[in-house]
Formats: sequence, structure tokens, C-alpha cells
Amino acid sequence: MRKMIEGSRAVAEAVGLCRPDVISAYPITPQTHIVEELSQMVADGDVDAEYVRVESEHSAASVCLGAVAAGSRAYSATTSQGLMLMAEVLYNIAGMRLPLVITGVNRALSAPLSIWNDHQDTLALRDTGWLQLYAENSQEVLDMHIQAYKIAEDDRVLLPLMIGMDGYVLTHTYESVDVPTQEEVDAFLPRYDPLYKLDPEDPYTLGAFADPSLYQEMRYEIQRDALRSKEVVKEVARDFQAAFGRWMGDVVEPYMCDDAETIYIGLGTVVGTLKDWVDVRREQGDKVGALKLRCFRPFPNDELREALGNAKQVVVIEKAVSVGGYGIAAAEVRGALYGQPKTPPVVCAMTGLGGRDVTYEVLDEIQKRTEAGETDFFAGLRTELLEAS
Amino acid sequence: MTATAKKKRRKPPLGIVTRPGSSLQNKTGAWGILRPIFDWEKCTGCNTCESICPDGCIRHLEKKQYEVDMEYCKGCGMCAAACPFDAITMEEEHR
Repeated sequence: MRKMIEGSRAVAEAVGLCRPDVISAYPITPQTHIVEELSQMVADGDVDAEYVRVESEHSAASVCLGAVAAGSRAYSATTSQGLMLMAEVLYNIAGMRLPLVITGVNRALSAPLSIWNDHQDTLALRDTGWLQLYAENSQEVLDMHIQAYKIAEDDRVLLPLMIGMDGYVLTHTYESVDVPTQEEVDAFLPRYDPLYKLDPEDPYTLGAFADPSLYQEMRYEIQRDALRSKEVVKEVARDFQAAFGRWMGDVVEPYMCDDAETIYIGLGTVVGTLKDWVDVRREQGDKVGALKLRCFRPFPNDELREALGNAKQVVVIEKAVSVGGYGIAAAEVRGALYGQPKTPPVVCAMTGLGGRDVTYEVLDEIQKRTEAGETDFFAGLRTELLEAS
Repeated sequence: MTATAKKKRRKPPLGIVTRPGSSLQNKTGAWGILRPIFDWEKCTGCNTCESICPDGCIRHLEKKQYEVDMEYCKGCGMCAAACPFDAITMEEEHR
């Protein structure tokens, strides 16, 4: 059914349709309407889940860890500082191979305190063993949650999945979305059938001590299965298209890339702006394209090589900075292209931090500076605020 | 789902221990330098020591009689600290 709803509500409805057994969240800042809507849906009896309010995000993640370990489907959402507080538990969830799904609403990290959007929080957690998908619009983020459980719970994967959703730009914006029915989702996503769970009748130990003769092999298996999960991400995107008729890419989504000389890459909502801007530049005769990096973990190395191989130049619009290094996504894109027969130069344009809008003007500036030969720079800077160096 | 329709599933990933209780294989008694000594005159058989031992190595035999499994006791002294009747003292253990 078509509905005009807030992005957070779209996620809450999608999660409800996935029939979670346990939802746990810290309800205070930094938080979004997602878990508020879900608590109402549980209280109204629309979602049959145990809703556990806790005193911190560390506890929310811990409750979800226990819930999935006991064989249930669980959910949480947080953002920014809350996600940082979860970090210690997130490594454990991946290490125990528990297919939890959380929404990592993308907001800037303190200090200075900011509640607005960038990608520093979830990208800082790229090494946890969690899979990471990033959504461009409300419909995609709704669909992605339904896909997420199917990917994470697949026997070939058994890894948790975090969905990056741009704070405010998506969470607080109303868009028209198609909300599937319960029957449709039930047909696509069966109930969670755990391979193992904490059960006194059939005991297992999770998260046990591993001495140096064992630890490395466990990490090897996580890495192997994370790399293999790319095929599952693609398969689930195809199955979703067959069931619901919608396609928004699998691990990447190229837009006007076939004959493009310069391809602009982004994660999340900035891709929507990029696509429109590409249309405008194309009218002016610029051979430009856009590429959505939909899946960041596992990183789509092969797919990027294929999509970018014929470009003369690649520009990464970067909403996260590895301070002292480069933009986080740009470093990965450079790594993917390194050593290829035709390696286009990769420009890293850092912008959109702490909720700064990435407008056509900013993209025009990036294009101009790229053509002038700059490679790593901040775009859209208010230089009048900066001390003269 | 019928047994025939059930698809073959993978083995649990490494790190998921399918034979629990294996920590008993690691005897940790040698880690400590102290051992609990009971004063049976003071002991009332209240079970505080048994329930507080983090390694579960104090066993209640009969009313005022406990046994300490020194293969696992690390000598942490929690039983002595918790005993309401000061019936347990920690003594240095010479091996």
C-alpha cells in the first residue's frame, strides 16, 4: 500500500513486517523516531515483540546479542555516539556469528556536538565483521531491512548487518513509499531458523576463550564468509525484485556510467543528488555518471573494477574522514582499482560533514577543482571562518 | 517441513562450541597461591561459600561439611570474605 510517511516510520513498518521477537533500544538522544514508532506498534499489539528499554546503547546491543543467541530475531537502532558506545558489543556479535540487524542512522560524531548527517559513525565500524548496506531513499531503506534479515540469517553468511541511513535527510523526511503486506513479507522472509542457539536441551557455548592455537582460524572464517556474503547480497536483491518488482542495485548501482568519462561515487542520499546533477551536466555535454556504493561490507572490489574500468577519472564524494589519512570510502575505491590494467585516478572530495548540504554548487566546485588537477580536498568549505595559514 | 525436504545445513562456524563443559579440561588450580581453610567449629553450614565461589569448586557434603576442589580453586578468597561466621581463612599454599 502506498503511504506518505516519514523515513523513520518506513523503517519501523518494515521491521514490524519482519516479525522481530525482541527489540531493544536506548530511547534518549541520540535516537530517532524508528524505535519510538516501534514501541508504539508493540504497545498497540501490532507487533508481537518483547520491547526492552535499557539504560545505554551498550546494553541495547547486549540484549540483542542475548536474544539472537537464544534463537530469536532481534532489532535495534541507534546513531552517532550511541553507535560508538555499542562498538565493543558489535565486535562480539559478529564474532559469535549472530545475524542481528540494526539501523545505524548516520550522524556526525562529537566533538563538536552535532546531531546532523554524515557517515563518520558507521564507517568507523567497518572493521567489526558486520555487513554494511547504505540506502539512498525511503523506499530503498524500507526494502533493505526486509532484505537484511534474509542476507544475515543465510547459513552461508551468519553475520550481523548494519543499515546506514542518513540522519534527517532520510529519517525525518516524508516520502511516498510502497509498504508491502504481511503476507508478501512472510512469503519472502521465513521465520528465523537458527543453526544453533542457547538451549539447555542441546547446549552450545558461544564466545568462548580462544588461545593462539584457535583464534586466527575463527577470524579467517569470519573474513571468508563476509567475502562470500557478496553473492548472497546479490541473490537476495534479485529475489526481492522477483517478489516485489523493485530494483535499486545490489552491491553497487551505476547510473549513466556506460559512456561516462568521470564517475562520481557516493553512499546514501547524496547519490540522489548526484543522479539529478548528472542529468543537468549531461545536458551541458559533460560525460559524467554516478555510482551508488550500496554495499560497503563486503566491499565490491570486482564490481567497481568493472563499473569504473573505462572511466578517465573517478571522484568519491566523501562524508567521512579518516583523520590524518584520506576519506574512508576513497581509500577503499583506490585499493579496489590499484594494479588494474587501466587505473583511473581517484579523487577524494570530502564534504557534507555535520549536516552541511551537498548542493549542485558544491558538486560544481568539486568538478571544477577535479578538472584543475586537485586530488584530495574539502569542498563546500566556508573559508572565511578559517584562520589564515 | 518433512525430513526429506529439509536441506542440508552447514556446520556451525568455528568458535561455536558444540561440546560444552570443555572448560573443565583447563585445570586452573595452579594459578593461585592461597587456599581456603575451614574452621568447622565456626561453620554453620549456611552455604554462602558454595554459592559465591566464582568457579563452583566448593561442594556441600553434609550439614557442616564442605569440600574444595583444589584442581580448580584459584585462591581468590571470595568465600573467606563472604563467610558470615569468619569460618574460612586463606592460607598460603606451598607446592
